[in-house]
Amino acid sequence: MPPAATDEKKPTAETPAVPMVNVQIDGQWYQFPKGTRMIEACRQVGKDVPHYCYHPKLTSPGNCRMCLVEMGMPPRLAPGQEPEKDGEGHQPIQWIPRPAIACANTVAENMGIRTDSELTRGCRHGVMELLLINHPLDCPICDQAGECRLQEFSVEHGTGGSRFREQKVKKPKNVDIGPRIRLDDERCIMCSRCVRFTDEIADDPVLGFTERGSHTVLAVHPGHELANNYSLNTVDICPVGALTSNDFRFQMRVWFLKETKSICTDCGRGCNTLIGSREGRVYRQTPRENNDVNSAWMCDHGRLNFHYLDSELRLSAPLVKDEGVHKESTWPKAIQRAATALKAHGGSEIAVVVSSRMTNEELFMAKRLIDTLGAEHVATVPRAGEPDAYLIAADKNPNTQGARLILGLEGDLAAGLDSVRRGVADGRIKAVVTLQEDLLTPEAGFDAQTLDGLEALVVLHLLANPTAQMASVVLPGAGFAEKRGSMINVTGRLQRLNKATEPFGQSLDDWEILRDLIQAIGGGNGIYLIEDVFKQLAAGVEEFEGLTLSKIGDLGVPLIETGETVPLLERERERIAKGQIVG
Amino acid sequence: MSFTVPQELEKEIDERITHYPVSKRSAVLPILHALQHHFGYLSEEAVEWTAAKLELQPIKVLEVVTFYPGFRQEAPGKYHIRVCRTLSCAMAGSYELMEALCEKGEIDRSAVSHHHPIAVGKDGKFSIEFAECLASCGFGPVCMVNDEFHENVTPDKVEDLLSKYE
Repeated sequence: MPPAATDEKKPTAETPAVPMVNVQIDGQWYQFPKGTRMIEACRQVGKDVPHYCYHPKLTSPGNCRMCLVEMGMPPRLAPGQEPEKDGEGHQPIQWIPRPAIACANTVAENMGIRTDSELTRGCRHGVMELLLINHPLDCPICDQAGECRLQEFSVEHGTGGSRFREQKVKKPKNVDIGPRIRLDDERCIMCSRCVRFTDEIADDPVLGFTERGSHTVLAVHPGHELANNYSLNTVDICPVGALTSNDFRFQMRVWFLKETKSICTDCGRGCNTLIGSREGRVYRQTPRENNDVNSAWMCDHGRLNFHYLDSELRLSAPLVKDEGVHKESTWPKAIQRAATALKAHGGSEIAVVVSSRMTNEELFMAKRLIDTLGAEHVATVPRAGEPDAYLIAADKNPNTQGARLILGLEGDLAAGLDSVRRGVADGRIKAVVTLQEDLLTPEAGFDAQTLDGLEALVVLHLLANPTAQMASVVLPGAGFAEKRGSMINVTGRLQRLNKATEPFGQSLDDWEILRDLIQAIGGGNGIYLIEDVFKQLAAGVEEFEGLTLSKIGDLGVPLIETGETVPLLERERERIAKGQIVG
Repeated sequence: MSFTVPQELEKEIDERITHYPVSKRSAVLPILHALQHHFGYLSEEAVEWTAAKLELQPIKVLEVVTFYPGFRQEAPGKYHIRVCRTLSCAMAGSYELMEALCEKGEIDRSAVSHHHPIAVGKDGKFSIEFAECLASCGFGPVCMVNDEFHENVTPDKVEDLLSKYE
């Protein structure tokens, strides 16, 4: 049976073991694996069915009724009756006069679905009209406007007018339901996505519907709050403006935001993200689906950890210290100063502290710098923390795997750092280059007195931190949203960061600073583009062989085996296997 | 005020839970009924207690409590009167009955709202609320005083009715 669909839209069997069934969608026949939800079957052939409550990562209660479609089945045969089949082997479809929800029902042999019939359109009109009866229609002041399903479906499937002449039900507004989230009950359409998310994914079931009936309100139990570290995901999945983020609300209209695919650098998980930015400023981070990394979620801590990009401490120009005072300088002068200071020392006197928060490309350039200087002391700052049972990894550095591979670090990273610390304390190390690390933090463990004894301290960082304040030369670098590059997460997956905004002020991309510094110390190296860095990296480090930055793609590629698993993904796979969710 | 469930009642509740071997959650209605019967209403503590008993989040119990008008979240008087206001009774004069009951029972209903349906008299002896159909449509207006049922309660019978409850 040749399906009439175009090749690219033709659904394919996920696993050959699952039997296929023939389904007619809007007059055309297709094949789907048995068990496929009707809504997914329609989506796969480009017939999107509007929906609110259905979410592939959550159970399907079928309560919003927006996905109602007209459905038909083959006629029931009398005993002994032969099915009547057309030339292609399909039986005629008897259309059922009552619509069916596409989200919770699965396809069946010889089923027919009409996503654009009079009955289906009528259902959508009706559902939209009822949903809008008590909706405040406050789009001009609603933060969801522009990415609101109710707004979108109202345009696509609504009637354009209202026949409702009565009083709208008044419900609580601007309710503080947790430290990061605000609730507007009048906007809520009771789809229960947030309730299911807190029940099924975050294991913190504090949300529920009280006063069921015409006054139904979404509520947290008195005295409780929606405060778990995954709470902001409810804002993402809320199809309307009922749940809004305290951090993002009223900051920027969403249609002004430029969305850049990147990853979160808050821990070793590397959750895939979209960075929303406008005119050089990052306004929000939202999770981007990647079923090998973070499903469709991310933690609140990682999501909100970008405000330091426009901190008051952000360095805007290179600085050199003369007679104890930092003065703004130019890039060539500052690079020259750093090079001169470092060249005055032999490799045994130089330590380079490299951050595992840097991209592979930057680490590769750091390695070049180390080799050019002949530096004998190299360390990173390990950040061991507590993992959680969801996404947060124990490793708080986003690119420890990359640092180990590219810098050739082996064994205990803390011991390496300790040896640098001791070398600085006993005066063997006379010059230190620190790349994106503040040495005066508890994690790095240096103290100001010993740093003061150094003859040269070169700092590359974004912020005017205490170490930068002691530095002889300060080179302002870029933040995670300001660079293109790659990192390797705790499971060994190579993923890509993309540039959402330009580096602040005169700051430069870290790899460019390192290139210029290497050039000033040891001569030319002919690198002009980040792609060139990756090309050299791929040529120099075995694991990267054959890869380019663009080959990494938006979802990354598995690079090395680490044996780490993601607890949240394990549970999700179980739920998919049990048929509880689509996934 | 501390919330303590007497041993006897808790034993009865534990027994009720055994009726639902598949999911304890299903015992939420019988437990709430038992608690309301004993305490007269369902306080926040009662909701929390039920949730803990059934290993649920309190919000899941609150959802049930707020759904059924039969569950009270505020303390009623010694005698709680429920006046039917569904169609047959309404036509037979349940609103007049309500007025008469409030007047004779000295109950002020001015603060009653959707969220606070019960009005309690000054001395706490009587409390009153409207209820939907009490299933005696042929004999309206009808009302219930605690668990006792009264039919054909025209306003002139109110004084007699209230005097039965001391």
